[in-house]
Amino acid sequence: MQGGILLSRLDRAGLAFGAVALGLAILIPVLNLAVPADSAFHVPPHVVALMGKYLCYALLALSVDLVWGYCGILSLGHGAFFALGGYAMGMYLMRQIGPRGMYGHPTLPDFMVFLNWPELPWYWLGFDHFWFAVLMVLLVPGLLAGLLGWLAFRSRVTGVYLSIITQAMTFALLLAFFRNDMGFGGNNGLTDFKDILGASIQADGTRSALFAASAIALALGFILCRWIVRSKLGRVLVAIRDAESRTRFLGYRVEQYKLLVFVTSACMAGVAGALYVPQVGIINPGEFSPANSIEAVIWVAVGGRGTLIGSIIGAVLVNFGKTLLTNALPEIWLFALGGLFIAVTLFLPRGIVGLWTGYWTKRREKQASSITTQPVTEGQ
Amino acid sequence: MRMLLLLLSLLVTPLAWAQATGPLIDALATDDYAAKEQALTALTETGDPAIVPALTALEGGALYRRLADDKVLIGREDGDSIALTDPLTGAALGTEPAGNVELIRVNNRLRRSIGAALGALTLRSPDAAVRQTAADAVFISRDATALPLVEAALAAEKDIKVKRSLEQARAAILLADDTLGTDDKLSAITTIADKGGQAALALLNPLMGSEDAAAAKAATEAVRLIENKLAWAAAAQNIIYGMSLGSVLLLAAIGLAVTFGVMGVINMAHGEMVMLGAYTTYVVQEMIRTHAPGLFDWSLLIALPLAFVVAGGVGILIERGIIRFLYGRPLETLLATWGLSLVLQQAVRSLFGPTNMEVGNPAWMAGAFQVGEITITYGRMWIFLFGLIVFAALMLLLRRTPLGLQMRAVTQNRSMARAMGIRTARVDALTFGLGSGIAGLAGVALSQIDNVSPNLGQGYIIDSFMIVIFGGVGNLWGTLVGALSLGIVNKLLEPLAGAVLGKILVLVGIILFIQARPRGLFALKGRAIEH
Repeated sequence: MQGGILLSRLDRAGLAFGAVALGLAILIPVLNLAVPADSAFHVPPHVVALMGKYLCYALLALSVDLVWGYCGILSLGHGAFFALGGYAMGMYLMRQIGPRGMYGHPTLPDFMVFLNWPELPWYWLGFDHFWFAVLMVLLVPGLLAGLLGWLAFRSRVTGVYLSIITQAMTFALLLAFFRNDMGFGGNNGLTDFKDILGASIQADGTRSALFAASAIALALGFILCRWIVRSKLGRVLVAIRDAESRTRFLGYRVEQYKLLVFVTSACMAGVAGALYVPQVGIINPGEFSPANSIEAVIWVAVGGRGTLIGSIIGAVLVNFGKTLLTNALPEIWLFALGGLFIAVTLFLPRGIVGLWTGYWTKRREKQASSITTQPVTEGQ
Repeated sequence: MRMLLLLLSLLVTPLAWAQATGPLIDALATDDYAAKEQALTALTETGDPAIVPALTALEGGALYRRLADDKVLIGREDGDSIALTDPLTGAALGTEPAGNVELIRVNNRLRRSIGAALGALTLRSPDAAVRQTAADAVFISRDATALPLVEAALAAEKDIKVKRSLEQARAAILLADDTLGTDDKLSAITTIADKGGQAALALLNPLMGSEDAAAAKAATEAVRLIENKLAWAAAAQNIIYGMSLGSVLLLAAIGLAVTFGVMGVINMAHGEMVMLGAYTTYVVQEMIRTHAPGLFDWSLLIALPLAFVVAGGVGILIERGIIRFLYGRPLETLLATWGLSLVLQQAVRSLFGPTNMEVGNPAWMAGAFQVGEITITYGRMWIFLFGLIVFAALMLLLRRTPLGLQMRAVTQNRSMARAMGIRTARVDALTFGLGSGIAGLAGVALSQIDNVSPNLGQGYIIDSFMIVIFGGVGNLWGTLVGALSLGIVNKLLEPLAGAVLGKILVLVGIILFIQARPRGLFALKGRAIEH
């Protein structure tokens, strides 16, 4: 019964969130574009970009929460899916530069001219079309997750082993993308973007549009996740999380459920990366570093694992804190982040949202016991 | 000709040399590089060993012209002034302000000539090792002007090894001469083929296209033989490099094999324990440098127990403070220890700064020795032996001591162990401390070959986990086999695919391997479905 109360409370909070996200998608661009710059309500463009970045992180956190919070798969490689999506978008943006690069080559990006590449490698073909890039944003992380998941879940690699394998995967990709002959810009990555869909990437209007797109993507991701976790599929996922063998013995094909949710989550992470890249203006191999992936996990843990809304709150709060601290006291940031990891796991295992709902359930119980004179309500 | 030279060298006394060479050295004081070259040739032709310090100084940019009298002197920078010494006698000649002297500059061409000249001149050194190096230098330079010197040295040489090198050097010079007769050429080719190695290949390769059919055939045959030998040596060298890398990985992973393999605790801060060990070495060396410089060669042996205590102590603190609250929740342990690793890194960065610390090699770790074509550095050899010793000691501890018995009992069946009176909490703390302490020992060894920086541990953590999983969790032998085989595979792939791609291939290989054998190479037998 308590579970029901918790769910319905979250559901209301969840619907409210959808509305808030859509509201933000309209409000912030208006405040940025329509309100004059000297007004107190004006939102400067760099703040728009910063908030857009937070929303992309929130979408990444949401995707981590879907697999970790509801299916018990602790992926330490979601940063890789995020970065792959980012690279797919970055490749589109590179192709949009056209002959305006430093070397002025009509098709080749600057770094390829610099490295004396004779022509565009085959895997760059098609990236001059936006629809193709979008397809790749979903397809590449999805395929990688599908391959890894199929291999791992089929041979019942679970728990910590899976975590370490995903970490090794993102580490291997990090090393690979650092290589110049991979054709992804090596160490420097992809940058110097000019246009997206014909609009200048530096323009205020584009930034606002990208912010709105991020907010809408986050809202859609949220709705998708809620739909998954509230469906029968979601119940099976939770069952797998809590007792994998028992679920298998009950006749469910555990591997297939896991694979489905893992691939879905990877695609979401890819979309987050794709929206992230035009807003920060660069994608480099550093995004593959294992530390990034594990940081995304801590956002979820801070907000509250298995609550969806918590992961978004966690991502925004932690990154807001990071922006503040790295500006004011850069030395302290790693202490704060490290301390956060330890404190959350030790003292706040259910995160901020868990704390909140726990407080309300307790209060409700107290009220209930003070209203009903009979103390027989416990069994419920 | 040879007899004549010998006679000459007997007749010319050192005194006459010094008188003759003095003006020749002063001839170096010119801005014209061609003139310098001429002066150098004239100097070399004296064959006087006394000019070696002057030439070394010239090569090292320490030969000066005194503006007052155009004398050429060796100088050593001493603050703003230059301390001068006589290039021939080595007598101190006082100091001059930097403005009163002018450095004699050399270009690359001149530098090469100096190298060749030095090689030829030291052919008659009383020290056999110096003669050996000199002969090898002539072999590389093939300087035709050195031929009389080589032949003179050859006639006087008693040491068989040096004599052979001299003959090879002579053959190398002779081969450069196009007018050489076929027979002489063939014997020269045989002599050089005897030497083997890359340098000999470089000499013989151009001869394969020679117009002289017999010489071309002999050269081709010799090249084939040498290349064959080189290929084997390269493979053997790679395997030795691989074993060396494997021992490094073993050291990094073996502590993890205790905490992760035996206890089942995911310690992402394991790499930071290694780092703490390396920084302990640094601190010990700094103390020794300031207080007892004579003990420097002992610094590593002093650092070993200290690193064990420091890392082990921190490990026990971590277990008591954090990990014991998280037993049975591996994913949370992973996150908490990752956070801990960030804190430790930043703490060390704040204390010591973000730059690499300089940790010196004691004398017995420096240098290398040669086995056939294979070079092995002493440092690598000691680290390999150290890895094996640590492994053996850990095995003994786990198998033969009461503490080891208790550790195994607790990990196999915690509640039964407790029922038998074992204080499991204490054993947990000690086991974790042991694993961390071993990581500290690894840090001492790694400080010798890797950069001691706050990020030191980060580079090893993923590899270490891979090795423990690859070898089979809970099996120390698996860790040994896993570390060595990964090291060797890595080094064998490197020449084929490049260092980075090789590493990627190994990582992908392990990921695929775990699919096939989820419990590792040497899986513990058991019926449990889940751990």
